Amino acid sequence: MSNQKPKLALYWASSCGGCEIAVLGLHEKILDVAAAFEIVFWPCVMDFKYADVEAMEDGEIDVCFFNGAIRNDENAHLAHLLRQKSKVLVAFGSCAYGGSMPGLANFYTRDDVLRWVYFDSPSTDNPDGVVPQKRVDVPEGELRLPGFWDTVRTLAQVVPVDYFLPGCPPEVSSIEAAVNAIVSGELPPPGSVIGVDVTVCDECPREKHEKKIKRFYRPQEIIPDPNICLLEQGLFCAGIATRAGCGAKCPQVGFGCRGCYGPNEGVLDHGARILSGIASVLDADTEEEVEAILDTLPDPAGYFYRFHLPGSLLRRRGRTNGKRQPVGEAAVHEPA
Amino acid sequence: MSDNGTFTPVIVGFLCNWCSYRAADLAGTSRMGYPATLRDIRIMCTGRLDPTFVLRALQKGADGVLIMGCHPGQCHYQEGNYKAIRRFALLRRTLRQLGIEDERVQLHWASAAEGVRFAETVARMTEQIKQLGPLDWPRNWPNEDPYAVEEAVHE
Amino acid sequence: MSEPRVGVYVCHCGHNIAGTVDVQHVAEWAMGLPNVVIARDNKFMCASTGQEQVEEDIKQFELTHVVVASCSPHMHEKTFRNACARAGLNPYLFEMANIREHASWVHPNDREGATNKAKALVSAAVHRVVHQQPLEPMKVDIRPETLVVGGGIAGIQAALEIADAGYHVYLVEREPSIGGHMAMFDKTFPTLDCAACILTPKMFDVGGHPNITLLTYSEVEKVDGYVGNFQVRVRKKARMVDESLCTGCGTCWEKCPIKVVDTVWEAGLGYRKAIYRPFPQAVPKYPVIDIENCTYFKTGKCRMCEKVCPTNAINYEMQDEIIDLEVGNIILATGYKLFDARRIPQYGYGRLENVFTSLEFERLTNASGPTEGKIVLRDGETTPQTVAIVHCVGSRDRNYNTHCSAICCMSSLKFAHLVMEKTGAKVYNFYIDMRPLHKGYEEFYHRIMEEGATFIRGKVSEITDVPRTPEEEDKLIVVCEDTLLGRQRRVPVDMVILAAGLEPQADAQEVAHMFGVGCGETGFFIERHPKLDPVATMTEGVFIAGACQGAKDIPDSVAQGAAAAARVLGTINQRQVTLEPIRASIDEERCSGCRICNNLCPYNAIDFIEEKGVSRVNPALCKGCGTCVAACPSQVITGAHFTFEQIMAEIDGIMIDVLSDRPVVEAV
Repeated sequence: MSNQKPKLALYWASSCGGCEIAVLGLHEKILDVAAAFEIVFWPCVMDFKYADVEAMEDGEIDVCFFNGAIRNDENAHLAHLLRQKSKVLVAFGSCAYGGSMPGLANFYTRDDVLRWVYFDSPSTDNPDGVVPQKRVDVPEGELRLPGFWDTVRTLAQVVPVDYFLPGCPPEVSSIEAAVNAIVSGELPPPGSVIGVDVTVCDECPREKHEKKIKRFYRPQEIIPDPNICLLEQGLFCAGIATRAGCGAKCPQVGFGCRGCYGPNEGVLDHGARILSGIASVLDADTEEEVEAILDTLPDPAGYFYRFHLPGSLLRRRGRTNGKRQPVGEAAVHEPA
Repeated sequence: MSDNGTFTPVIVGFLCNWCSYRAADLAGTSRMGYPATLRDIRIMCTGRLDPTFVLRALQKGADGVLIMGCHPGQCHYQEGNYKAIRRFALLRRTLRQLGIEDERVQLHWASAAEGVRFAETVARMTEQIKQLGPLDWPRNWPNEDPYAVEEAVHE
Repeated sequence: MSEPRVGVYVCHCGHNIAGTVDVQHVAEWAMGLPNVVIARDNKFMCASTGQEQVEEDIKQFELTHVVVASCSPHMHEKTFRNACARAGLNPYLFEMANIREHASWVHPNDREGATNKAKALVSAAVHRVVHQQPLEPMKVDIRPETLVVGGGIAGIQAALEIADAGYHVYLVEREPSIGGHMAMFDKTFPTLDCAACILTPKMFDVGGHPNITLLTYSEVEKVDGYVGNFQVRVRKKARMVDESLCTGCGTCWEKCPIKVVDTVWEAGLGYRKAIYRPFPQAVPKYPVIDIENCTYFKTGKCRMCEKVCPTNAINYEMQDEIIDLEVGNIILATGYKLFDARRIPQYGYGRLENVFTSLEFERLTNASGPTEGKIVLRDGETTPQTVAIVHCVGSRDRNYNTHCSAICCMSSLKFAHLVMEKTGAKVYNFYIDMRPLHKGYEEFYHRIMEEGATFIRGKVSEITDVPRTPEEEDKLIVVCEDTLLGRQRRVPVDMVILAAGLEPQADAQEVAHMFGVGCGETGFFIERHPKLDPVATMTEGVFIAGACQGAKDIPDSVAQGAAAAARVLGTINQRQVTLEPIRASIDEERCSGCRICNNLCPYNAIDFIEEKGVSRVNPALCKGCGTCVAACPSQVITGAHFTFEQIMAEIDGIMIDVLSDRPVVEAV
């Protein structure tokens, strides 16, 4: 890349667009990015075509920031394509890293999702029972849609990833750190998460004491003391087991950490770490007492795996052994 | 493992060094037979049981996980098993949400003198899991990626 | 570091393993496991030839790790660790697969299943062992002073053994005198020695021993530190009597106008004064003022004892004294509590006046007791003509205590002898099983039978004063099923003695917690090993002796007291103890100070360092249970020899054949 500017690609797969906003959140620093890189692909912002990428040489892109989870054939196609064309592939943001919000679909099956969206949700009006098909013939010709997957995957579960940049979205400071590392070439070993190796508690200014949780509260149920650890006050906070780097923004405004930066180094299952830490300090010794406290924590798996279900050891909810009729491809609802 | 009714479950056991591991030893010295379904791992105390271990065993294809420790009040480290009770209760709720039946991950107690209890626990759990059938967890995420030549393996 | 080189040894154990597990196949298969450079099978690995094979191979094949698949690590882990050490390999680079107790012996009819399981266990060990780290045992200096808690016969024995060996002992007793339950007894079985005659010389030895600091009327309040260097805080309650001035002359309690029912030493049958010495041979000899009953402390008036004391030893202003001790070892000899017979209402104790407990009977028959040794009914004069002794009261009974109290058979026989000897009364023993287990006990049983006592086998269902026949008028009727005759019996008697069982002290749980020991199902303290380490506990430097460990009689209590003393003396003579290196440590660089782990440690080994905002494990206090390791939300606590990586590798290894046809994608 001697005299040329390094080439940068940005892509969004299954994501909300927040990561793109975060890049724009660099404000005037975006000019530094523009100065340092030649942007060759950024569908959210500029009009590139997939064909432009396909036409590139393998490894032509120096760095690709890939955000979003992989939940359909199109996401996968671009993941493979950008992997092939990029020297460095960065899983950008929590969705690409751990699955995040799109990954919560792994608590359900594809059929559950389609049934809800096209039939059962109260706002659905679908008298003809139209369901998306991968392929459908219309008078004008054949229409195709990307296949919709049963299991959402992380980027690294589809293609090899060089670096991970967590956050929902990544903080501007984290993006800057990553950009600087890439520009200066001072990169950690491939496979690393770019970030610090402590948890949110390290950055959280709240006073911490020995913990004994007698019950949990939903955020709307109490006004927490502004100076004391939220978890000690019975508010769920994943900060104990979540990588720092965000500046503990959520706990500072009275809302427990949701866990978007994922686990820190060496942890294989984010949810298990949160679970084990929190369960350890329940103020109960008998099964009945423990269960009574846990009754105040609805949807524990949702709390523990909010940002990391596809990236967890079990990845998804188990299937129900085919007891339900599948919707979608198998159950064909011909359009009227 | 086969589907023709001769399914033999694989159960990963986590036994505490002081009570349940010795109970298993006693079942051995007393020649109490039980099904060869349990593969046990010794930890010093059920308080050491990281829920990650249970998830790993299931991810690697175990049909069940059996955690055994000293009876409440008899922990050799005073109260490690109480921590196990707390973590297990929360883990069980989490596993239910992931669609894993309660019978597949169980917590039981056996003192060093309870070889019979140990053997019976393994036999009973084996039967329960035979009823449920194989778990075979990775079947839950078959490769759906039409662009992948083969399943990617990344460490 | 270069690639690991693992040696695997699969033991036949004669036919014990090879009879079920295809040992040769397992060894051959193990050759294909990662990092394995040599795998052998061997007839007897624990024999010297087996061990030498390991030692030779370590040198020849430059092994970095060793796996032996044989019996339980509780059996031979030490053996093979030593073999590795002899060959220059750190013993913690060795791992054992238990394919005997956990495979061949429990799956005798399933050769395939047992062999598969053995392979899985070997694979687990091979995968695990390469993650194991060399560890060095920790050495801790031992202070020569010892704390003994409890001044009953077990504590007295332990204190004297150590003091006689030339080391200092602090003996703490919460009552005003040492002596414990034994001081209340009249005779001891089976020899019928006078309890006082054999106990009081030992009590005096303790009182006057230059190496013993006796702290009576004192309780331990706090224990910090660890083996070799415990800091113990003792509260010495105010006696209101200056021990440096008092001569023990007795004028004060003679003149004291307040009589109090003595529920401790006289089991409620006799009286003492508000200023009192528990019994004549008490050690120390000084009295104590019972401020709850003393008129001066209640009303501000009286001061009789002060007036009559010839040495001005009475001091009403005396305050509790806090004494801080530093000791290297601790022996708990806190004894037992007698089962409260009121809990069995159908036996009538507390309601039917001539139903006595065993302890009450001890006082009745004791020459220094309230009746000066006369066995009489509660009216104080009538000599009983017929006496029933009920065994197993509150023991061996699912409603109360399931354990056997160990002493009741023999003390009941002793009571039978004393009743017959002193009153000539007819004696009935109601028993479930006779358990005269120790030396001379069976002979004593026969002697009592020959002396004419009647033995009725059956658990007493009821003791009543409601007569059905004229012979039962004004009698207590003991109702039971005689299981030898197979019929219901009603035996009218004048007096009933309930052989109440032995229970843990009411505060055993709190005491256990303070000293870092555990309580078992029955509530007694748990020993480190029920057979091979009966006086040590899971806390290094804390030993247990006597009935606090489980119901036992005097000879056993003495033996345990001496055994605990021997253990303590051993560590003192070594000047150091070696601690297992299996313990937790926190990576302070990576600790975020969430404080989840802070109150999880039962040994208070985790401190929070405010200035740094991190937690730290005190390695000398840590016992290596790993509960903090599992709890740490950021996974920065390492449990040596049971690390996350080691156990995860063990899981992966144990599952090696499952899903082998389907590679599992790692979660990232």
